[in-house]
Amino acid sequence: MNYHWNWGIFFQLSPDGTHAYWQLLLFGAAWTLATALLAWAIALALGAVIGVIRTSPVPWLVRLGNAYVELFRNIPLLVQMFLWYFVLPELMPEAIGDWLKQLNNASFYNAVICLGLYTSARVAEQVKAGILSLRSGQRMAGLAMGLTLPQTYRYVLLPMAFRIILPPLSSEFLNIIKNSSVALTIGLVELTAAARSMQEFSFQVFEAFTGATIIYIIINIIVVNGMRWLERRVAVPGFISMGQPAAAH
Amino acid sequence: MFSNIDWDVIIRSLPYLFLDGMRFTIMLTLMATTGGIVIGTLLALARLSDIPGLSQVAGAYVNLIRSIPLVLVIFWFYFLVPYIGQWFTGAARPIQVGAFLSALVTFTLFEAAYFCEIMRAGIQSIPRGQIQAAQALGMTYRQQMTEVILPQAFRNMVPVLLTQTIILFQDTSLVYVISVTDFLGAASKIAQRDGRLVEMYLFAAIVYFFISLTASHWVRRLQQRIAIIR
Repeated sequence: MNYHWNWGIFFQLSPDGTHAYWQLLLFGAAWTLATALLAWAIALALGAVIGVIRTSPVPWLVRLGNAYVELFRNIPLLVQMFLWYFVLPELMPEAIGDWLKQLNNASFYNAVICLGLYTSARVAEQVKAGILSLRSGQRMAGLAMGLTLPQTYRYVLLPMAFRIILPPLSSEFLNIIKNSSVALTIGLVELTAAARSMQEFSFQVFEAFTGATIIYIIINIIVVNGMRWLERRVAVPGFISMGQPAAAH
Repeated sequence: MFSNIDWDVIIRSLPYLFLDGMRFTIMLTLMATTGGIVIGTLLALARLSDIPGLSQVAGAYVNLIRSIPLVLVIFWFYFLVPYIGQWFTGAARPIQVGAFLSALVTFTLFEAAYFCEIMRAGIQSIPRGQIQAAQALGMTYRQQMTEVILPQAFRNMVPVLLTQTIILFQDTSLVYVISVTDFLGAASKIAQRDGRLVEMYLFAAIVYFFISLTASHWVRRLQQRIAIIR
């Protein structure tokens, strides 16, 4: 290999004139985390609702939920990014479209909404699997006690279902962090884009990508351990098989 | 709202979109799936082996690949493959490889990590009695795997492997970041040349949607059929 290594590059001044390259990467990591966390909030909230209505006794709600999931799961994330960023403003009435195009940080908001909806379909799939993995007696018992259907979900089904699907949910959370890198195509300078621009300015390809890779691994380790802690924290005594994923696929 | 939409641009660019773009996407998907399953199965065997060090190395590779985004992996290999080529052939300079080869190496090695986990689950789903029976019959390790364990593991995992292939089909659109002309790349080039972003991206979304939807329905049907036979 006749590649010229230069690990000192991280401490050199980047072209923005005030920050070193390592700081550039950390800013990228901050954008990655901000995007992923906000999108995760959307994904959890919407995913829970869609997952619930897919197990409801109302046929048209079930079909609506199924259509939602199929729509967001069968279009590549990158294409969805382009639809939100390039296509949506054109299809809006002109005033709204122009406002959308001139928005500060437009790529950030687009990435959050796009990733949030994309992941909500996957969360919905897990929530549905979690609810269906409960014995049907739980629902019947809830209703027989005089709870309304929403109360049965709120107090009986969902607390157990969410505990059961914690392991697959944590891997979805890891996915959303990784998937936020797709937003570099619409101009969001998250971690991968920061490494890419560091490579373009400094020509130190492998140092830049090694730096980004290490930061991703650190984030990964923190999330995995945090989720393990959460799993122990909310475990219901007596349910030993809780660690098992509800469904393999 | 749809007043200045020109659907004709799609008709005009159909040959380019499908003969150039979609052919690249399908070729990349099929070849990367095949390579990924082969290397993934070898990785899975390595992860389950007793040879000291081997399972740790395989495990480290799989965990590393699975914890970084595909976009970053694409960038890594885009710059790394010329050096790997130089190392293999002993050439004096990094070898320039084509976009297709670079993408193929990337997706094969990336998907191998995911296929490894699928095959590992498949191998572990086979009852231990099968291995013991094979050992009792005097089979070598190679025979146990190729004659007894892997055929069953593979068969059990066919639906999951196919689902992963559909995900790979969608993921290949990310070669956009190294300016390769796959289906989305072709759509995007026309979109920018003719200033027809809305038409081209909507059309690309519709095509991806119907191919993935059809394929996943087909996988679900296959899954039900296999389940009945067992």
